[in-house]
Amino acid sequence: MERILYGDNQFFAVNHVSEEKSRAQSIKFKSDDAIIKALNHAIAAGVNTFMCTTHDRIANICDIIRKRPEKYEDFKIYPCMPYAHKYANAVTELGIAGTLREYVPGNILGSLFKGGMAYLSKDYLSIMELMIDAEMKMFKGIQTPVIFLQNVITDLLLGLGMGNVLKAFQEYVERKYNAEAGFITMNMPKLLNALEQVGIKNPIICTSINKVGFRMSGSKEAYQHVLETKKVRIIAMQVLAAGAIPPQEAIEYVCGLPNIESILFGASSKDNINETVALIHEYDQKYQLMEAI
Amino acid sequence: MIKVALIGAGKMGISHLSILGAHHDVEVVGVADTSKMVLDVFKKYSSFQVYTDYEEMIEKAKPEAVFVAVPTKYHAPIVKNLLLKGKHVFAEKPLCLSTEEGKDLVELAARKGLINQVGYHNEFIGTFREVKRIIDGGYLGDIFHFTGEAYGPVVVRPKQNNWRSDPAEGGGCLLDYASHVVDLINYILGPVTRVKGTILKSFYSKNVEDSVFTLLELSSKVSGVLSVNWSDDTYRKMSTSITIIGSQGKIICDASELKVHFKTSDCPDNYTKGWNVKYITDLTQSVDFYLRGEEYSDQVDYFIKAIQKKVPNTINNFESAWKTDQAISLIKNNIN
Repeated sequence: MERILYGDNQFFAVNHVSEEKSRAQSIKFKSDDAIIKALNHAIAAGVNTFMCTTHDRIANICDIIRKRPEKYEDFKIYPCMPYAHKYANAVTELGIAGTLREYVPGNILGSLFKGGMAYLSKDYLSIMELMIDAEMKMFKGIQTPVIFLQNVITDLLLGLGMGNVLKAFQEYVERKYNAEAGFITMNMPKLLNALEQVGIKNPIICTSINKVGFRMSGSKEAYQHVLETKKVRIIAMQVLAAGAIPPQEAIEYVCGLPNIESILFGASSKDNINETVALIHEYDQKYQLMEAI
Repeated sequence: MIKVALIGAGKMGISHLSILGAHHDVEVVGVADTSKMVLDVFKKYSSFQVYTDYEEMIEKAKPEAVFVAVPTKYHAPIVKNLLLKGKHVFAEKPLCLSTEEGKDLVELAARKGLINQVGYHNEFIGTFREVKRIIDGGYLGDIFHFTGEAYGPVVVRPKQNNWRSDPAEGGGCLLDYASHVVDLINYILGPVTRVKGTILKSFYSKNVEDSVFTLLELSSKVSGVLSVNWSDDTYRKMSTSITIIGSQGKIICDASELKVHFKTSDCPDNYTKGWNVKYITDLTQSVDFYLRGEEYSDQVDYFIKAIQKKVPNTINNFESAWKTDQAISLIKNNIN
């Protein structure tokens, strides 16, 4: 994985501290062109991996990228699925069975419900596989070397003790998409334990890591302990703690931690993108130099 | 370890179950649901014991506490049964469809000395708790008026077919969505005691309202407006906010940001005269296990701690939820 990954929250009005800002972002990124422009700024700053949710609008972005193979030759996407709000709102409206009926492709499910579980009755994992395929459709022809499970699903399964389903996700994306599985979580130490228990070694885990301990469940110390002692490939997200930490201080902290393979960030403007990238390079060099001495 | 069981593994039930499953002090002893598919999934991929009959589960698994997350119309009979059997109960919101049923449950829980809580999660959000602290401290002076709002994208097209679209089962924007805001207003400013007019409007739904607009009066004679619409697809998810105007200042608060204006320097520590902005990042503590927001974990933790006698059973108990049911009933009875 590249050291720096570009995220997509800013494009889809995800702002953890301000609804006003989130509406402003919605307005700013109303057109696909605005998203592509920001992506191009990231690429110009040397960031070639875009980590994004499987939001409907990403399909348009993928179309634009496919049309310019020479321009986006080195460009990679790390899809994060599912776009949870789509399903959560559907479950409120249609119930669990209704949501599956709506979103699982093909008529297997139709017969499943109509036939009173006569078909496929014991193989829910194939339903999961169909849903992964549905989410992956939009990325056809684009490099997707790592495919992530969103934190709401990862953590739901973690709490339910369904590590075997996480394992099934990993095996399927490896088999079908020749990709590594990644897991987004708000409970990193617990998740790593669960993944190790089902035989997933040295997993890719994307998780909140920041100086103020925001969304670092358990405690910041528990996270630091894992980073110092365990084998795991960490992508740090929410490093600015939704703006609670000034950029320089935030990046200095994260770059100084062991075992952080990549840093995920989202920024809307060219200046902010360049500033963040420059800060990461600056502190990486500083720590490397200190280590050399 | 507290032995806990769940009745109703739908959206909220599964969310509670995951949080309970990860809780250090909880042993999940059973899950009851009527859906064979849902139980089948648990049987196959989890280690939970599953039951189709909740009474059989209570009998065999012997939980000390039970989470009830079934459609609202079943709350009254099931919760009553559980209380009679001496179980602590966490019920999903709203408490009951009628205020008489709710009153029974409040009295029964008190008589039996059992811990009782209802899943109004806003009270566990750091920004709203801070609003409560500022109001209780009297820093806003005399309260003149408030506006409580919630918007979100639940029903955004003319198509739906589950219990939430059936008024007899507890469906509709008032019971499902607006109840959260009413409960929050009750919690922060005191109970709604009069309703001076209500518009319940459907945009897409055939059998239930998609929006609630109403004028409220509290026991303190403070007046306010409630504006709730679950058919607003400019929101990504439910967004709840409250604005409060007083003689000494004004508060505008949602789940992530608190803006307070104080007219003078007579304000709480860490605040100054004029505008102050605080974010949820300053006002929330990390939880042991995070699923959909700190508040969901915190409310479960509070219930477990109440059973362990570590906290009082005062936030979101049946009595406060029953007051919310009463306000909902007033709103319904004053449709213009």
